[in-house]
Amino acid sequence: MAKRIGIEVSLAIAEAAKLADVDVVAAYPITPQTHIVEHLAELVANGELDAAYIPVESEHSAMSACLGASAAGARTFTATAGQGLELMHEVLYVASSMQLPVVMAVANRALSAPLSVWGDHSDVMAVRDTGWIQLFVENGQEAVDNVLCAFRIGEDPRVLLPVMIHLDGFHLTHMIEPLLFPEQSQVDKFIPPYQHPMPLHPDRPVTMGAFAPPIIYFETKKAQEVNLEAAKEVILQCWDNFGKTFQRYYSPVECYRSEDARVLLLTMGSFSETAMTAIDKMRGEGREVGLLRLRLWRPFPFDEIRQAVGNAEVLIVLDRALSFGGPGGPVCSEVRSALYSEDKRPKVIGFVGGLGGRDITPAGFEEIVDRGIEISQKGSDQEFEIFGVRE
Amino acid sequence: MEKYAVFVPKLVTKRENFAPGHRACIGCGEALAVRLACKPLGQRVIIVTATGCIEIISSQLPYTSWRVPWIHTLFENTAAVASGIESGLKILMKKGRIAQQEIKVVAMAGDGATSDIGLQALSGAMERGHDFLYICFDNEAYMNTGVQRSSATPFGASTTTSPAGRVSIGQVTWKKDMPAIAAAHDIPYVATACPSYPFDLMDKVAKGAATPGPAYVHILSPCPTGWRFAPDLTVRLGRLAVETGIFPLYEVENGTYRLNFDFPKLRPVTDYMKLQGRFRHLSEDVINKIQQRVNREYAKLREKVK
Ligand SMILES: Cc1ncc(C[n+]2csc(CCOP(=O)(O)OP(=O)(O)O)c2C)c(N)n1
Ligand code: SF4
Ligand SMILES: [Mg+2]
Repeated sequence: MAKRIGIEVSLAIAEAAKLADVDVVAAYPITPQTHIVEHLAELVANGELDAAYIPVESEHSAMSACLGASAAGARTFTATAGQGLELMHEVLYVASSMQLPVVMAVANRALSAPLSVWGDHSDVMAVRDTGWIQLFVENGQEAVDNVLCAFRIGEDPRVLLPVMIHLDGFHLTHMIEPLLFPEQSQVDKFIPPYQHPMPLHPDRPVTMGAFAPPIIYFETKKAQEVNLEAAKEVILQCWDNFGKTFQRYYSPVECYRSEDARVLLLTMGSFSETAMTAIDKMRGEGREVGLLRLRLWRPFPFDEIRQAVGNAEVLIVLDRALSFGGPGGPVCSEVRSALYSEDKRPKVIGFVGGLGGRDITPAGFEEIVDRGIEISQKGSDQEFEIFGVRE
Repeated sequence: MEKYAVFVPKLVTKRENFAPGHRACIGCGEALAVRLACKPLGQRVIIVTATGCIEIISSQLPYTSWRVPWIHTLFENTAAVASGIESGLKILMKKGRIAQQEIKVVAMAGDGATSDIGLQALSGAMERGHDFLYICFDNEAYMNTGVQRSSATPFGASTTTSPAGRVSIGQVTWKKDMPAIAAAHDIPYVATACPSYPFDLMDKVAKGAATPGPAYVHILSPCPTGWRFAPDLTVRLGRLAVETGIFPLYEVENGTYRLNFDFPKLRPVTDYMKLQGRFRHLSEDVINKIQQRVNREYAKLREKVK
């Protein structure tokens, strides 16, 4: 029987990696990810997790060591945040392009300057196009469950892609929550052993990472795109299987009281939980509002978004990152373009808020919805709205 | 091995794990050095290569020159990738997921990948004590991208980013002493080598590979394209680099220095420099300055050997 334990979410992620029996952890500390890797180091030091912990000298080397370990056939895990994710940047592309299914938890953090250790999604958006499967989780249980799913999805021979699990720095990483942990035997059954089809080994020499002249480079990129898109099917199957085994269900776009809603709000990450409180209050007042929570960020769930939006007239998208000099938030531009070719589509209004750890309260979400509706009726001279900044 | 010098050539394997047909320039000292290094390494290895000439000449899709498992990812992370492979293999063997056996992880990188952009990753890997051999193929510039200076480029050399000009002698800094940096990490084995001394080179690679823990071999690899010399002079230039004392061949085994080839009297540096276009512009003054520096450095090395 699964047991419910009160535990900090960061530690819970490390425990999930332990349940997945990871072979190699290569990591470099950065707030607010530190508790994850500290706990992993402790588990290894106490002999509770039989893994190699490589205390590398940088995040660039963390991800590079993960490449090597994964290419040698080891189940590999790491975690980072903000500046650390940026320092890994070029290595991230290599992990996906060389089909090395590293799993990484990202404790989402704002980017310097000015230095901020607090949460937003600027780091995520900067690695949007790196070819990783990327999921958002909103609470500790989702984090634990999806770390387990990440190994099963990424290592699936039909996929072989690295997976990022995004969770909000502090807002989620540092919460203590009562969580259910599956039994080891259940996890062992749920995640088959990692078997890279062609690992580095003298018994069967392979060349990995050869360079590509123009005559072949583009073909490799198309294959990569086809593969990442096809991974969605495996992700859905995995979540389905997880639900049947553990009675907790996940989908690419989670709908909350969105049926018949004329106005929809769309959020990602732990702010969704606050938004739900606001939606409940507004529904109580008889307003036809609902919430969409985008869980699967890559591959982007186009069909699910279109379906979830349904007949809504207004769609308000909250981004926690700013594309400077651009259309506002990256999530809003993607959602807008996913809906553009629909015959019947809602007005899409973009908000950017919650940068660098700034909170948005339930009342704040109500304000966003009211303002969004107002813009949908009267228009605005801004491409997008910035919410919650002192003038 | 010196004792058996007459028989040695017969003992060397004919198998080429770095296969012929690669795309190196004619007379490439680096390709020669890689080929020689691969002989004593044998087949129970995994080779990790940095971006640079070695990688570009040996791996164009869909071909490969490698008859052993080989991986390239980026320019500056070779030692970190090697760390991951080594740790991965070790834990997989411990957990019984793959059979227990000797597999040596060998990193190969240019001087730029080693002493500039990848120095941090290398320092980290040596400090952590991974069981791997790191070989730096030093052709004294970023050759793959068109002969730009590196911190291993010698004083006075003209490169595309340290060009000799009306008011510049070319490179104005002294070559970074990478083997000394490796030795400062207190690793069990550090050596310098040159393909002009093939048996010494193979010996040192074998020793480095057999050393438990980190080992570092720094190989001077004459580059006709970047140094501007006739491609039939590669081996001669390597010899001259050693005989002038510009690139002495030595080993540091558990902190103990040993000069492998000592010369009671060094040849003048001009013997080496005059054959290369990259030094052609230098005045007698500058050459004298270089000569004095070489004498001084060689004397310092001799002190360490005592
Ligand atoms: C991060 C990064 N910066 C720059 C480059 C461009 N680059 C590729 S190889 C190279 C020089 C390689 O020099 P070296 O390591 O000495 O090897 P060589 O080609 O001389 O053998 C450079 C600058 C790169 N690939 N990646
Ligand atoms: S540029 Fe120099 S090192 Fe590179 S392949 Fe040509 S000769 Fe060899
Ligand atoms: Mg070089």
